[in-house]
Amino acid sequence: MFSNLKFPKCSLNGISRCRNFSTDKWKSVVGLEVHAQIQSTSKLFSGSPTEFTNPVNRNVSLFDAATPGTLPVLNKRCVEAAVLTALALNCRVNPISTFDRKHYFYADLPAGYQITQQRSPIACNGFIDFHVYAPGVHKHSYAARSCIKQIQLEQDSGKSLHDETRSLVDLNRAGVPLMELVFEPDLCNGEEAAALVKELVNVFECLQTCSCKMEEGALRVDANVSVHKKGQPLGIRTEVKNIGSIRAVAAAINYEIQRQIALLEVGENVVNETRSWNSDSRVTVSMRDKEEKQDYRYMPEPNLPPLYIAMGPTTWGCVNAEHIKKLIPQLPHEIRKHLKEECNLTTEQAIILVNELKLLRAFTSISLNKKLNATLIANLLINDFLSLVNKEKMDLDGITINPSFFGDIVELLQNEMVSHKSVQFLMGEMLKSTSKTVKEIVACHDLLQINDENEIRRICEEVIEDNPKMLQQYLKGKKKVFKALLGIIASKPDSKVNMKKATELLQNVLDNLKK
Amino acid sequence: MERILSSSLRIANRLLQDNSITATELTEACLKRAKQTTKYNAFITLTRNEAKNLSEASTQRYREQKPLSEMDGITIAMKDNFCTKNIKTTCASKMLENFTPTYSATVYDRLIGAGAVMIGKCNLDQFAMGSGTIDSIYGPTKNVWGFEDEDFYIAGGSSGGCAIAVSTGACFAAIGSDTGGSTRNPASYCGLVGLKPTYGLVSRLGLIPLVNSMDVPGILTRYVDDCVTVLNVIAGHDPKDSTTLTKPYRKISLPSANKLGVKGLRVGLPVEYYSSNLDEEVLEVWEEMAQLLEDHGADVREISMPNTEHSIVCYSILNQCEVASNMARYDGIEFGFRADINTSTEQLYATSRSLGFNDIVRNRILTGNYFLLNRNYEAYFNQALKVRRLILNDFDKAWEDVQVLLTPTTLTTAPKYKEFKNKTNRDQCAFQDYCTQPANMAGVPAVSIPIKLSGSGMPLSIQIMGRNLSEPMILALAKFIESKVKFVQNSPLS
Repeated sequence: MFSNLKFPKCSLNGISRCRNFSTDKWKSVVGLEVHAQIQSTSKLFSGSPTEFTNPVNRNVSLFDAATPGTLPVLNKRCVEAAVLTALALNCRVNPISTFDRKHYFYADLPAGYQITQQRSPIACNGFIDFHVYAPGVHKHSYAARSCIKQIQLEQDSGKSLHDETRSLVDLNRAGVPLMELVFEPDLCNGEEAAALVKELVNVFECLQTCSCKMEEGALRVDANVSVHKKGQPLGIRTEVKNIGSIRAVAAAINYEIQRQIALLEVGENVVNETRSWNSDSRVTVSMRDKEEKQDYRYMPEPNLPPLYIAMGPTTWGCVNAEHIKKLIPQLPHEIRKHLKEECNLTTEQAIILVNELKLLRAFTSISLNKKLNATLIANLLINDFLSLVNKEKMDLDGITINPSFFGDIVELLQNEMVSHKSVQFLMGEMLKSTSKTVKEIVACHDLLQINDENEIRRICEEVIEDNPKMLQQYLKGKKKVFKALLGIIASKPDSKVNMKKATELLQNVLDNLKK
Repeated sequence: MERILSSSLRIANRLLQDNSITATELTEACLKRAKQTTKYNAFITLTRNEAKNLSEASTQRYREQKPLSEMDGITIAMKDNFCTKNIKTTCASKMLENFTPTYSATVYDRLIGAGAVMIGKCNLDQFAMGSGTIDSIYGPTKNVWGFEDEDFYIAGGSSGGCAIAVSTGACFAAIGSDTGGSTRNPASYCGLVGLKPTYGLVSRLGLIPLVNSMDVPGILTRYVDDCVTVLNVIAGHDPKDSTTLTKPYRKISLPSANKLGVKGLRVGLPVEYYSSNLDEEVLEVWEEMAQLLEDHGADVREISMPNTEHSIVCYSILNQCEVASNMARYDGIEFGFRADINTSTEQLYATSRSLGFNDIVRNRILTGNYFLLNRNYEAYFNQALKVRRLILNDFDKAWEDVQVLLTPTTLTTAPKYKEFKNKTNRDQCAFQDYCTQPANMAGVPAVSIPIKLSGSGMPLSIQIMGRNLSEPMILALAKFIESKVKFVQNSPLS
C-alpha cells in the first residue's frame, strides 16, 4: 500500500527549524515511553542474577520460570533505584503504590502475565529539562522540557528466538527489573526526542540506576508519533518500537513523521498500529503480530502487599524517600550550570561536555590545575581532541585520557611554548598510550617554539632576503603578500616559530624597510 | 500398635519418648494402615521410601534422646497441591500429572525440620477447585463414615484425601489448604478437627495457588491439641511469602481441658447463617452447642452480619478471576503437560490447556477472564472487591460485640456421592461453602470440630470463628467443646 510513496530516508527537510517545528501545514507530536533496566545484581522479584553475559537460561530461578507455588519477593535495591530516579526527575513519589498483573500469552512470558504498576505507580508528575542541540542541524541550542506522566516498576520478559523450524526461549531476561518512564506527548520531532533520551542517559549515568547499554537492551525507547494540522485535533498515532540507539531515535521518529505526512498528503489515513524501526533499511515497518488490540485483563497482584515508601523521619516503609533524596549527586543540568557560571564556558560547550562523560571527567580533573584556562581546555577537548579521535576512527569509550598528560599539553600551548600543530601531534602520542612524558616528547621531537624575538626577527629577515620579488610587490602596496610571507615562515621545514610573534615581527621588519 | 494409630499425637509422642515404640515401627504401621484402606482413595502417592528414611533418622534421634520436637517421628500427610522436593505434586490434574518440583513448600520444610514423617500426598479436586474431592483424575475419595462400596458418602473437599488419611489412622495430621472451606468442609464431613488459620499466619510458598488472597494452609487432626502442635510448627513469618505477617509467632499452649472455662465469653450467633438450606440436625447441634456454652456461663447472643448472603457470589467472582490469572502459566512450555503440537505456539497452548485441564478448571478460567476484561472489570471484579470489604466490615463490627462466632460448618452432613455428583460444580460449592467462605473473605481464623453423629450415623460439626490471630482463643474454645462432647471415641475404625 505504501509502495508508490517515496519517502526521503531520514530527511530533515522542513523539520529542523525550531522548537515549534512545523512545515507550513503539519504539526507533529511525539511522546516517549522508555524502559530502563535497573542496575541491580538480582532480579525484581527473585534472587537470580541479572548478568547479561551469562549463558542462556542460566539466570533463572524457579520463580522466573513461573514454577507453580513460587511467590514474588520485591527487591529493595530496585525500589531505591526507582525512588532515586524519580526524585532526580522531579517526580512525586507515591507513599503507597501497588502492583498489577498484565496478562498476555507469549512463550517468553512464563507466568502468562507481567507484574507491573499500571493503576498506582511508584511515582508520577515529573519532568526533565534538556537542551536540543544537534550540531549541523541547529546553529544554537535551545532549552526544552518533557513532562513525565509516571514511573512504574515492572518485570522484563524473556526472549524468544525463532528459526525456520522451531522457537527457543531464553529466560535470562525474564524478571529483570525495569523502570518504565511514560512521558507526555510534548515533543515535536526526532531531534528533541534524541536530546531527551541523551539527557536521560546522562541522568542515569549520574545516578547509576541504569547501565544505559542500548546494545544490550538495557535502555529501550518506544515513540508515539502523530501529525495534525494546526488548529485541528491530534492525529491518529503510531507506536514505533525497536529503536536501538540514540541516533536511531531521531531517525526513526523523523522518518515516521514524514511517512505520516506523505500518507495524509495523498488523502490516505494513518493506521493506529505498532511499527518497528529497521535500522538497516532505515524505515518503519508494521508489526503484524501486534496489530490485534489486546485486552490485558489487569488485576491487582495478590501476592505482593502495597509498597510503602516513607517520606519523613519515620522508620516504617520499604525505603525512606528523604534519605534517598540526600543521595542524589550533582545532576547534568547542575553540572552544565557550574560549567557556564564557574568555568565561563558557553552553553554549547557545557552541553557537549556533559553529553560526553569521558570528556567531562577529563575536563574536571584537568581544570583542577587553576593556572590553566578552562575555555582553552574545553576547546582542546571538544575540537582538537574529539576531531582527532574521529579522524583516527576510534571510539571515545575505548580511550583513556591521561589528565596530567593532557594538562601538560594545555599548559605548553597556553604559555606559547609549542605550536597548535604540535598539540595535535602530542595528542596523537597520548592516544598511542606513550610511556613518555610530554616534556620528553617535546624534547625528543624538538617541538619547543622559537620565542626569542631576535631569532624570529632573524628568520623574518632571512625570508625577506630570499624573496626579493615579494618584497618589491609588498612595498608597491600589495598587502596580500604579507600572508604569503608568513606562510613561507610557517612552512619552513621544522618550523617552530611562534607565529603570533612572527606576525608582529614580520610587520615590524617590513615597516622598517618601508621607511 | 493398632490402638496408637487412632490415638492422639501427644500419646504417640510420649510412647516414642519412652521408647515403647520406635518411629520406624510407627511409620510402618501407618503405611500398612494406608495400604489396608486404599479403597477410600485418600492418597495419590504413598511416599514409602522417603517415609522409611525419615523415620529411621527419627528413630536414631530418639535413641540419642535428641528428638527435634514434639512432632519428631509423627506421621503426616500433605495435600497434593503442596510442592514437595523430588516428590510428584499433581494437583490431581492431567496438567501436573508428571510434575516433580525441585523445591518444597515452607510448610513441608518446617514439618520435616521438626522431625515429622510424611507418608504420602493426598487426593483433592483438580487444583483444589471443588468441595467434594470427586473431581480428581485419580477418582473420588470416599468417606469412611457410612461406607458402602457402591453407595458411599463423599469425604468433602477439596482436602478430602487429607481428611480420610487422618480418619483412617494412616497419619496423625494432614496439611490441607483452605480457600473457601476446603479444610473445614471435609473435617466436618469426616468427624475431624479442621483449622483454617488467619491469612498470613502460615506461609503459602509452595502451595499451588487457587485464590492467592484467600488461600491458607489448613490443618486436619483428630484432636484439638494435635492441631495446636502442628500449628506451632508451621506458623510464623516466611521471608519468601510477602503476605505472611512479620510479627513473631508466639507458640500456643492450651491448658488441660478441666482448667478451661467459658464464663463471660461473648459468643455470637450470626442470624444470617440460619440458611433455609440448613439441615434440621445441623441446626439442632448448633443450638445445643449454644446452649452448652450458655450453661457454662458464656454470654451467647444473636448478632447480624447482613452481607453474608452476598458472600458466596462475591467469592465466586474473585475466585474465578484469580484462577484465570493463576492458571495462565500452564502453557506446556516450562513444565506440566504439553500436547504433541508443533504447528504454532498458540495452537500448542490451546491444545495443552484444553487437554490438561478438566471442564471445571476451564470453565473458571473462561469466566474469570470475562470478568477481568477491561469493559467488565468495574462491574464484576471491582464490585466484588467492594462487597468483600463490606463482608470484612461485618466481621469487624461483630468483634465490637462478641469475641467469637459460633456457626455450622456445613449446611448438612456429608451427601452421598451419587446425589452430589449430579449437581454442577458451582452449585456444589455455593451450597457447601456457604458457612465457611466468609472467613476466607475476611481472612479470619476458623476451626471446625465434630460434635456427634446424625441419625444416619454421619458426623455433625460446628464452626468457631474469631478475629485475626485469635487462634489461641478459638482453639481453647474448641478444646473445651471437645472435652464436653467427647466425639472421637465414636470413630468407625477404632
